[in-house]
Amino acid sequence: MRYFSQFMVALAVVVFVGHAAPDAQAQVNPTERSVTEESMFEALTGDSNAVSGRVSIPDRGAGNLIKPDNKSWAALQGSTLQTLSIVAVVGMIALLTLFYLVRGRIRVDAGFSGRKILRFGTIDRFAHWTLAGTFIVLAITGLNLIIGRTVILPIIGEGAFGTLTAFGKIAHNYLAWPFMLALVLVFVLWVLENIPNKLDLEWIKQGGGLLKKGVHPPAKKFNAGQKVIFWSVILGGAGLSFTGFMLLFPAVAGTPADWQMYQTIHALVAAGLSAIIIAHIYIGSVGMEGAFDAMGSGEVDENWAKEHHALWVEEEKAKPAKESALSTPAE
Amino acid sequence: MARMKFLCDADRCIECNACVTACKNEHEVPWGINRRRVVTLNDGLPGERSVSMACMHCTDAPCAAVCPVDCFYTTDDAVVLHNKDTCIGCGYCSYACPFGAPQYPQTANFGTRGKMDKCTYCSGGPEPDMSQAEYVKYGANRLAEGKLPLCAEMCSTKALLAGDGDIIADIYRERVVTRGYGSGAWGWRTAYGETVTV
Repeated sequence: MRYFSQFMVALAVVVFVGHAAPDAQAQVNPTERSVTEESMFEALTGDSNAVSGRVSIPDRGAGNLIKPDNKSWAALQGSTLQTLSIVAVVGMIALLTLFYLVRGRIRVDAGFSGRKILRFGTIDRFAHWTLAGTFIVLAITGLNLIIGRTVILPIIGEGAFGTLTAFGKIAHNYLAWPFMLALVLVFVLWVLENIPNKLDLEWIKQGGGLLKKGVHPPAKKFNAGQKVIFWSVILGGAGLSFTGFMLLFPAVAGTPADWQMYQTIHALVAAGLSAIIIAHIYIGSVGMEGAFDAMGSGEVDENWAKEHHALWVEEEKAKPAKESALSTPAE
Repeated sequence: MARMKFLCDADRCIECNACVTACKNEHEVPWGINRRRVVTLNDGLPGERSVSMACMHCTDAPCAAVCPVDCFYTTDDAVVLHNKDTCIGCGYCSYACPFGAPQYPQTANFGTRGKMDKCTYCSGGPEPDMSQAEYVKYGANRLAEGKLPLCAEMCSTKALLAGDGDIIADIYRERVVTRGYGSGAWGWRTAYGETVTV
């Protein structure tokens, strides 16, 4: 009897609970507690700006469901970088044209002496032209990626432009390596003579003698302007190499946000360096009489050297009968 | 013309991944590429939901904006497609896509990126409709056959909807009203700059 009453109580509890359960469910539907897109977006923080979850495929990155910020790069890439690149290149060409019209070609004031002095030996010139050749191809194919769509595609059509750009991409990817090697070589060869010193201040004060005829501030092997070019190439080139490497190996770089950052830096540095190099090409060719010989035959006219690198000529002449050794960087 | 969209009703999706499999089979998708994937949010927690995601065929698609060779185009049905003959596999579209849609088959050594591959909304590419050339590059062209994308058509719980944006949004709203809750049209705000009123 005692067991029976206990059983009845237990039964009553079971019945009561069993009966009450559907009521409770009718009031609170557990499936209603669903995660909403709005709530997930609100929970987003600056660092991990993505709605992410779990995927059953091996690519864990596919777990990022929505990353709205990725879109912001589209505006940057599609318009801002394009505009900046065009401004950098066209702006520099315009500036140089203006300079040429005002100043004209910078002549050797004393005229050519006919005596030659060795300025850059074979290794120097090899390093320079490897760097220069690869840079020009890299710059043109890179610029094509940014502005070709606007400038070239309408002229030659989508098919031809696609083929051209595909070859450009291959050239860009592979020539990046000799560029990096030449960059290291150039750094090692010329870094000692490119360390800034007091002479550079005087050179800059006199505008490098670029603006006025007959003005020739003293300089050693490299003047302040050349040092600016050197360090721009070394630092810019290093930046381009690093970001370019990351873009070649996106798995190493990380997430789309990283790729976007590297691409943006790569494009900005490339635009800036291209502008600087255009100026360098100008002054090394049409801009200045006698300048090209330094990288052409490697031997410059003595009068040219005296006007632009007076202290360097003195240093070389002070060396006892070692004209042939002039090619190697001085200590 | 219709404005084609996908809508995944996360409250119905059971993460069976049949949409993923159907897509791979229908289009003979290259190895390692998932044109569609199912992402489970709050896995194992209260309020867990799964969302099937592919290319959303954005309005003002960011991929098209960044493409250096301008290989993207939008069809009359507002489907975003691309020309694999023009594509150079640079990867920019994958940087800009909010949904992780563009992917690249590994075609050569050193992990070289091949031509980009993504969801075509079962509507092929620039080649003649239902041609062999089109099938090889982009997969089946069901839209040309008067059919909707297979992933949505065969979804067992009818979680994944495909069709004209207004119509599928109406269907979804009706469901939300009927059952009293809904987690929203995933990705629509990001893709179309608009919000579905739920």
